[in-house]
Amino acid sequence: MKHSGNLTVTTPSDREIAMARVFDAPRRLVFDAYTTCEYLKRWLGAFDTWSLDECSIDLRIGGAYRWHWTQATDGMVLGMRGVYLELTIGERIVCTELFDDAWYEGEAICTITFVESGGKTTLTQTVRYATKEARDGVLESGMTGGVTASFDALAELLASSSTNTNT
Amino acid sequence: MELYGYGTIIPARLDATFSALADPTRRAILARLASGDASVAELAKPFAMSQPAISKHLKVLERAGLISHSLDAQRRPRRLEAMPLAEATEWLERYREFWEKSFLRLDDLLEELKAKEKKSARPKKRGNRK
Repeated sequence: MKHSGNLTVTTPSDREIAMARVFDAPRRLVFDAYTTCEYLKRWLGAFDTWSLDECSIDLRIGGAYRWHWTQATDGMVLGMRGVYLELTIGERIVCTELFDDAWYEGEAICTITFVESGGKTTLTQTVRYATKEARDGVLESGMTGGVTASFDALAELLASSSTNTNT
Repeated sequence: MELYGYGTIIPARLDATFSALADPTRRAILARLASGDASVAELAKPFAMSQPAISKHLKVLERAGLISHSLDAQRRPRRLEAMPLAEATEWLERYREFWEKSFLRLDDLLEELKAKEKKSARPKKRGNRK
């Protein structure tokens, strides 16, 4: 994947997952692409056989958003919704995030920032999970794959995350 | 239940795993254990750390289910437990894949939007020149 080195995924704390990605476009455009259904349908989870077939966004504090995806071949679906808690147009979004088939307890809080420098925009998205005690029962068993391979992959992820945490 | 994207594993269950993995010493200990069981003394060797300090890290790893120890009273060798790591990896990989693929599409969209802006900006410039 040509841009894959670009995306960093980190786990800054035991309840957070953070992600950063640089886009070769002004902040205004990246923000629009992130908050307009017409545009979201073009990219968010819209790859392989998946499509974002339902989208509604009420972009204001207290406003709700809803996204729903369908997979063409197997008919699998996935939906999520949330409410905007903080909003600075073009700069920052804080919202709740809850999947329809929530496999964890409590809403997650998502913070998205758009920072422009030299015509490029760094998008940072941090999701903080409210989960304290979740049910192990839902956990699917039958994890496959080589132990060492998994470990190597994780080590790689973490190594890239630790070098990027402070930048 | 089949879920798409990164939604197959419970983040809460992963809390302890990620927390334990947040420390570089603990990651190094796991890397060492990936190549075979080792005693506390053996694990402490590469680090400029006392055995009690290492033991503290081992306790965190053990609580997270990342390692276990056998009852061999003498050495009590530590062993890497695969499951939590596999879960954490799988979850992170799905998460990453979802966003990576989405963002590649977003790159294309942004190129298109930039081109569109340029196009609509051009007639205006000409107008100004006149």
